[in-house]
Amino acid sequence: MADKPVFAAEKLCVGYRGKALISGIDLSLGRGQILALIGPNGAGKSTILKTVTGQLPAISGKTLIEGRALTQWPRAELARKLAVVLTERVQPEMMTCFEVAAMGRYPYTGRFGALSSKDKDVVWDTLRRVQADDIADRDFGQISDGQRQRILLARALCQQPEVLVLDEPTSFLDIHNKIELLDILLETARVKRTAVILSLHEIDLAEKVADLVMCVKGERAEAPGRADEVFTDAHIKELYGLDRGSYLVSRGSVELVKPEGRPRVFVLGGAGSGLRLYRELQKKRIPFCAGILCKNDMEYEVARALAQTVVSAGAFETADEETKRRALKLMRECGAVLAADRSGNKLNAGLLEAARQHKLKILFSAGELEE
Amino acid sequence: MTKKLTALRAGLVFVLLTLALIVLLVLNVNIGSQPISPLEVLRIVLSGGPDGSPESVIIWKIRMPRLLTALVLGGALSVSGFLLQTFFRNPIAGPYVLGISSGAKLLVGLVMIYGLRFFPSVPFWAQMAAAFAGSMLVTALVLLFSQRVRSMTTLLVVGIMIGSVCNAITDFFVTFADDAKVANLHEWTLGKFGAVKWDDLNVISLVVLVAFALSFLLSKPISAYRLGENYARSMGVNVKLFRVALIGLSSVLSACVTALSGPISFVGVAVPHMTKLFFGTSRPSLIIPGSFLLGGAFCMGCDLIARTAFAPTELAISTVTAVFGAPVVIALMISRQRRRTDG
Repeated sequence: MADKPVFAAEKLCVGYRGKALISGIDLSLGRGQILALIGPNGAGKSTILKTVTGQLPAISGKTLIEGRALTQWPRAELARKLAVVLTERVQPEMMTCFEVAAMGRYPYTGRFGALSSKDKDVVWDTLRRVQADDIADRDFGQISDGQRQRILLARALCQQPEVLVLDEPTSFLDIHNKIELLDILLETARVKRTAVILSLHEIDLAEKVADLVMCVKGERAEAPGRADEVFTDAHIKELYGLDRGSYLVSRGSVELVKPEGRPRVFVLGGAGSGLRLYRELQKKRIPFCAGILCKNDMEYEVARALAQTVVSAGAFETADEETKRRALKLMRECGAVLAADRSGNKLNAGLLEAARQHKLKILFSAGELEE
Repeated sequence: MTKKLTALRAGLVFVLLTLALIVLLVLNVNIGSQPISPLEVLRIVLSGGPDGSPESVIIWKIRMPRLLTALVLGGALSVSGFLLQTFFRNPIAGPYVLGISSGAKLLVGLVMIYGLRFFPSVPFWAQMAAAFAGSMLVTALVLLFSQRVRSMTTLLVVGIMIGSVCNAITDFFVTFADDAKVANLHEWTLGKFGAVKWDDLNVISLVVLVAFALSFLLSKPISAYRLGENYARSMGVNVKLFRVALIGLSSVLSACVTALSGPISFVGVAVPHMTKLFFGTSRPSLIIPGSFLLGGAFCMGCDLIARTAFAPTELAISTVTAVFGAPVVIALMISRQRRRTDG
């Protein structure tokens, strides 16, 4: 970024009551950039966010907004630069959604907090931006979680900040509201050039919304990296300590624990036809093998995550004799074959025939396996 | 459009509150063991002071100070309650339920008993100071507990316990201080608006007025504080200073009441809540003056009942305020509980 950073952290050390939790945090964010914090529960994402917003004192190091230390800003001026959406439940008594959003004008209004017509315009514009202008007159206590989060975001946006910090803003939202919220954040970053820092539980979303990603785990902070650098299967596996189950970056999917034990069935899939079988076997906790799949087959990664053994061929290649022999050996060990369809794919059509010749049990649905 | 409606409603409520206040003022001056016609009352009040006739003595020496006391103290209690509710983020906080009034009472009682041993009379400012010290002491105690327990009901129980202990200690001293001069101390501990001297009332009114004005100046941070401490801080509220101001002002206000009339129950909880219901909003810039007016009217009404219901026997003011105030507290707790199970 050519801009000088609007937000930065220098050798920041965060923690509670003087006890350091994470140290060595160095961050730098230009206007309009989005930084996502990901990492396991209790790793300290919230602690970092509380510290960089001044809710919690830093153990050492400092946070800079527009090059000036957080603690050096006068309160009212800082509130025009930095706004937050927190995880805590807000339960005001008898406040309309408009009033809650309009509180964001606090640093701009006078002694008694009366809204000028300009303030009102800002509030209405913001409410329209988060598509909540229709609920402006509703009581804040009487709306859904999704609507509440929009209003709280509107409140923060009404502060017209340069830096917007959100702590797990998508946590209690359904998919529709998650998509809407992240879209508003993207728009805010790109159009208003606001720098956005947020923590996310959904790593698949983090990859899609963030320019920079910082993994939070352990006592030393990792430097934030570009989303495509950070998101590799191995890295995510290590970050979240996934020794069982897995996260497939390319699919953005979470796979549950692989069924362990002696494989009882060999799945003949391919081109996505095996996906429903893998999932079904996983749910029934039946160990299985799969093949023969090209390495670029859309179901290859899922098979790898769930099957004991996957017999594979190179991308766009057909299987050689050696691979076929290996598959047949596994099939005979399993004693049964589960075929996704009656013909099989180009790679394993021969295998179905071979199974018949060897009088192996041939099934077409996982349900038959239990009998 | 609805904004205009809100403004209209607020205006209407203020007009109605003022009307109620005027009606109660007139009723309070008129009604009593010696009925005086409204016209006569008007003449006497406009004459500017007692002119020697028995009617004017009754009005200037008894009824006027009494009703003004009810007005000022009712307002002070309500605003004090509102500030405490803001501070504890708890709708049933109030100077009486949290035991703050009882703390003030304890210290005032001690000062009066021991003061009278060494001096012919205890100056009013000493009573005020004692009441303020007592209020702050109990508030500090409640604060200490509130940091450990977050539940609204537990906080209430803590307040009631502290209040009971303070009351027990006060009773203990009053029982053994059977000095003739302490005779009216017992009456004072029950709370009443009567027998207030103009001088004391003037001092209290001034203090209450200043505290009220300062509270009103806090409208803006109070309104941000409705979203919670952390949001308030993020919008530029100096939370530490703000919390000190809230506690200080609410203690001064409730101390004024206790010093002048003894502890008075439930006004501080019931009135702010009723005010919010009337206005249909919790906006502090409306609720602070609204609570003051409604609190004044409420206490004048209760006092009217206290002295006329079983005339010539007078009821303690807390007896009447409790009858009207306690149900509001119960209703609040039930509705809160319901909202929690719904959400």
